[in-house]
Amino acid sequence: MQAFDYIAAKSIEQAVSLLSQHGENARLLSGGTDLIGQMRSGLHRLALLVDIKPVPEVNVLSYDPLQGLIIGAAVPCVRLCSDPAVLAHYPGLVDAVSLIGGVQIQSRASLGGNLCNASPAADCIPALIVHEAECVIAGPGGYRKVAVGNFCTAPGLTILQEGELLVSLHLPPPQAHSGLSYLRFTPRSEMDIAVVGAGAALTLREDGCTVETARIALGAVAPTPLLVAEAGEVLAGRMASAAAFEQAARLAQKAAQPISDLRGTSAFRKHLCAVLVRRALQRALSRANENQVGAG
Amino acid sequence: MPNKVLVHALINKNPVEFSCEPRQSLLEVLRDELGLTGTKLACNSGNCGACTVLLDSLPVNACLVLAVEIEGKAVTTIEGISPAGGLHILQQKFLEHTALQCGICTPGFIVSSVALLDRYPDPSEEQIRHWLAGNLCRCTGYVNIVRAVQDAATRLRENY
Amino acid sequence: MQSNSSQSSFRVIGSSPVRPGDADKVSGQALYGIDVTLPDMLFGAVLRSPHAHARILSIDTRQAEALPGVKAVITAADLPDLTEKIASVGKWGRYLQYQNDNILACDKVLYYGHALAAVAATNEHIASEAVELIQVTYEVLQPVLDVEQAMQEGAPILHADLRSGANKSGNQAQTNLASHVQLTRGDVEKGFALASVIVEREFHSATVHQGYLEPQNATALFSASGQLTIWCSTQGSFSVRGQVAEILQIQPVHIRVIPMEVGGAFGGKNRVYLEPLAALLSRKSGHKPVKMVMSHSEVLSATGPTSASAIRVKMGADSAGRITAATARLVYAAGAFPDSPVGTAAGVLFAPYRIENFLVDGYDVVVNKPWTASYRAPGVSNAVFTCEVLIDELSEKLGFDPLEFRMLNGVHEGDQRPDGQEYQRIGFLETLEAARKHPHYTTPLSAPHQGRGVASGFWSNGGGRSSASASLNSDGSVNLVTGSVDLTGTRLTLAMQLAETLGIPIEDIKASVTDTDSTGFADGSWGSRTTFATGQAVYKLGQNLLHLLGERLAEIWQVPTEQVGYADGVFSAGEQKLTFKELAAILSENVPVVASAAVNPTDVGPSFATHIVDVEVDPETGQTRLLRYTAVQDVGKAIHPAYVEGQIQGAVTQGIGWALNEEYIYAEGGRLLNPSFLDYRIPTCPDVPFIEPVIVEVPSPSHPYGVRGVGEMSIVPPPGAIANAIYAAVGVRMEVLPMSPGRILEALWAKGLPKSP
Repeated sequence: MQAFDYIAAKSIEQAVSLLSQHGENARLLSGGTDLIGQMRSGLHRLALLVDIKPVPEVNVLSYDPLQGLIIGAAVPCVRLCSDPAVLAHYPGLVDAVSLIGGVQIQSRASLGGNLCNASPAADCIPALIVHEAECVIAGPGGYRKVAVGNFCTAPGLTILQEGELLVSLHLPPPQAHSGLSYLRFTPRSEMDIAVVGAGAALTLREDGCTVETARIALGAVAPTPLLVAEAGEVLAGRMASAAAFEQAARLAQKAAQPISDLRGTSAFRKHLCAVLVRRALQRALSRANENQVGAG
Repeated sequence: MPNKVLVHALINKNPVEFSCEPRQSLLEVLRDELGLTGTKLACNSGNCGACTVLLDSLPVNACLVLAVEIEGKAVTTIEGISPAGGLHILQQKFLEHTALQCGICTPGFIVSSVALLDRYPDPSEEQIRHWLAGNLCRCTGYVNIVRAVQDAATRLRENY
Repeated sequence: MQSNSSQSSFRVIGSSPVRPGDADKVSGQALYGIDVTLPDMLFGAVLRSPHAHARILSIDTRQAEALPGVKAVITAADLPDLTEKIASVGKWGRYLQYQNDNILACDKVLYYGHALAAVAATNEHIASEAVELIQVTYEVLQPVLDVEQAMQEGAPILHADLRSGANKSGNQAQTNLASHVQLTRGDVEKGFALASVIVEREFHSATVHQGYLEPQNATALFSASGQLTIWCSTQGSFSVRGQVAEILQIQPVHIRVIPMEVGGAFGGKNRVYLEPLAALLSRKSGHKPVKMVMSHSEVLSATGPTSASAIRVKMGADSAGRITAATARLVYAAGAFPDSPVGTAAGVLFAPYRIENFLVDGYDVVVNKPWTASYRAPGVSNAVFTCEVLIDELSEKLGFDPLEFRMLNGVHEGDQRPDGQEYQRIGFLETLEAARKHPHYTTPLSAPHQGRGVASGFWSNGGGRSSASASLNSDGSVNLVTGSVDLTGTRLTLAMQLAETLGIPIEDIKASVTDTDSTGFADGSWGSRTTFATGQAVYKLGQNLLHLLGERLAEIWQVPTEQVGYADGVFSAGEQKLTFKELAAILSENVPVVASAAVNPTDVGPSFATHIVDVEVDPETGQTRLLRYTAVQDVGKAIHPAYVEGQIQGAVTQGIGWALNEEYIYAEGGRLLNPSFLDYRIPTCPDVPFIEPVIVEVPSPSHPYGVRGVGEMSIVPPPGAIANAIYAAVGVRMEVLPMSPGRILEALWAKGLPKSP
């Protein structure tokens, strides 16, 4: 690894200042489970790592029935997946976060880091998209918010400008009769990058079988994780039936533009899109039926 | 000359002070600077678990932690798992069940398993297998490893 | 002087004691090659080719040499010139050149990752930085990666001077076909004419790697006085010594190889890669110790995986279920230099079956991939996969139970092997019988898309040169020393054989594996030979030691040697008695008691195995889940049953990875795309069920305790068994390894099953 300096940041302001000062030669260190490997392989050659973990704002994990969930960017997966409020109210997020590597990775890797790494195959991003998460960003010009679906701009690239950093993610409170889930396909049981990932969110009407709204997002089938708006829209106002789910799945499949790479051919991925969307919707439906009351 | 950083931490309950470059991983410092070679170097990329240690009692891949990050923290390596003069029940069970062949993955498995049984004293076979997914073994087929962990879990519950 | 141990009632053999050194392994105290540390040690790193095929036009190391902290840089120019030596040894000389070229490329680089230069520096980070400063100009050439393409006219040629051994009529054309073997018996045309069903398929298998966790490593200290010491991770310390002696043109006696504990090998740690480099760097850096450890991506891209293959097989059987004829054409990728295991595969492919008419052709072809090396029953798993799929197909078409069909055609003692040798006492039918009787075979499957498959296999095992020596201590304990590297427990199985032979407790024997200066020659621990061949040496050693003790006692008791008997730990002549321990105490005051023995057995008992596996296939994703696995194997005599079971389980798991997910994936230009455990997918703990090993014991007549090699056999049946189970589950016969989810889906779609939704 190329030599670099290391500073443990004490505040958001200090981190912003360091990033602004050093531009492309500096990056934030959170869990390090992507970044350290990338530096070892020479993908990133940096002069400075700014360790964000000591900063309080990026370690917040708090739930409020009216405000929803705030996840600091450096909160590690293991903390997220063992929090009672998250387990109770955001099982669809836990689906995704708990899949990021084995326990050793889970102890360190953070949701924010997974998002900022901006892999097209990142597990948490389709889940965050269907949860309608918002990203809170701090920078030289102050704070701003970005919908998570707009955060990644290309493989490995994000909307963050020079000097900016991700502070936290905000997820709205769960609604009554809603269910969310994330599924992915990997050749082995655990330790793989997703070949295809699918997130689904369903909110049913009071009758418990008509879809009010639906959101479907895909991962690993486009340069960035993808919200497939039309697949969700086709379900709005319809009975949550196998036929409706098939239609949504086919629309999602059509929107996917996967490449062929060492993890799968594009034909295989296209096929899996539909399979996984259908299965994710089924699971979201079961959860919606269990969840008779919202968080409030 | 790259800058060195002075780090203070607890390693196997002993206060330790060392100086290292920021680019040195915890794995490298444990093995090459502190002489603790029980934690093994294999893939060096977080995919095999051979370098598993406990960092503030969480299992982590030491190859993906920079040594400078352990300032003020507590690390437990395989050398710190055994009680003074003896073997941890997990180590005993690994021996009894022939849960090792070449042994290169064994320290990582034992540290991971200690973390498992600390949290889940009565794990199912599926829980054990999924917890250990990040520890690769090429020799045993995992059969005896799972059995050793199951047996150790039973013994540990009995002891309480 | 015979020790009194009847074959049916062993005292020590057949038990499963804990190996003393294992306590060191569970506590992290065992020392592997990666753990070596010496004062004033330097670290080495290697420059590797980014091209799969290129001519090296120039190498400029000046910038690297100038980097502070760098102590030495080497290239192929630092290797001794072998031209005269090669000229003097004839054809074998070409192998010497290949060996050197693989260590450090000379004129051409022949695969992505091929080593070109190496650096020694004060720490590993500086060494890596220095490697990046070495400037190379290449003339990039078109690579060829596929064996069939490599054999076609107009294919890029790897070695300008390679002439095919196939064509004995003197064809002088440049070629990538290094050799051709053929085995034949009877008349295949007549045989096929007798068949009522004929099946024929073309199979392909990808390159796979042994997948050991500990990377290749070597630490070398080349002293100013010309003595070279090497600490390394190897299966064969004497083999390393011999290879380094040849490469560096030093006498073997000046090289001391110290084998450390090995973190996995499976055949991949016989050939040297780093040892000569570390030695040269040590000498060039002012005789400092130099340690080199490969990164895992170097392990995968630049050591010795096994051959990818294209195999066409045809088999015919008559309505009575007898196989009447079989042909096979095996084309194996040797990698950058010749010598794939295609010859071995050709001899083993049909070995379990009585086939009167067969024709097997094997082709050894070079391609721009790393030079292949042995992997647990080299070349056999992918070959037997093809045969076992066709056997399954034949048995189905003719209406036979698959185990029944194999029993009908299975070889017996006295039958001929494909290579012409006659089978001595063997246990194939016994493994089939044990499989048939096992509850697994008759347990019903409960859900759709579940299926059961079986497959059998044969492995010859190996003999080879072994030696052992022992010295007796005053308290009756024995130090047993051998050069046979202990990969997973042979120190103990050898000690057990000695304990059995001597009639003393296992706790009284300490077995050590020592370096090449302190023990007699041994071939490497490969071919499942150690418990067998070194075991024979140990047995002979025990006999020698008892004879020596008898002679000494005869002197003391003033009786003829023949009158001294030994049984149950007690020497006696008439009324006089002395225990082993008592005699040891007496003799230790006198002349030290030492003994040794050496063997090179050529009569090697082969293994057979029959496996049963249940799978469930998800027809929407192609993913295969293993539900249950039973592995029956004839081991001759299990010295240490728990170890034997562990060998079977480990081999099966490697076979599972080979069957379902492991493969090298190359970009078109020859770059290896997946040199990491992330994308080179070996089975993880949740991927495999409990594997049940079933030990069958049909003692081999060629070992005093009936031992057959055990380590390799069970990597052979899994791909075939899983393929047959997948067929039973979802109705497609797979012709490719690995049978990854995407490929299973493609097979389902080709069969007309709809794409979803």
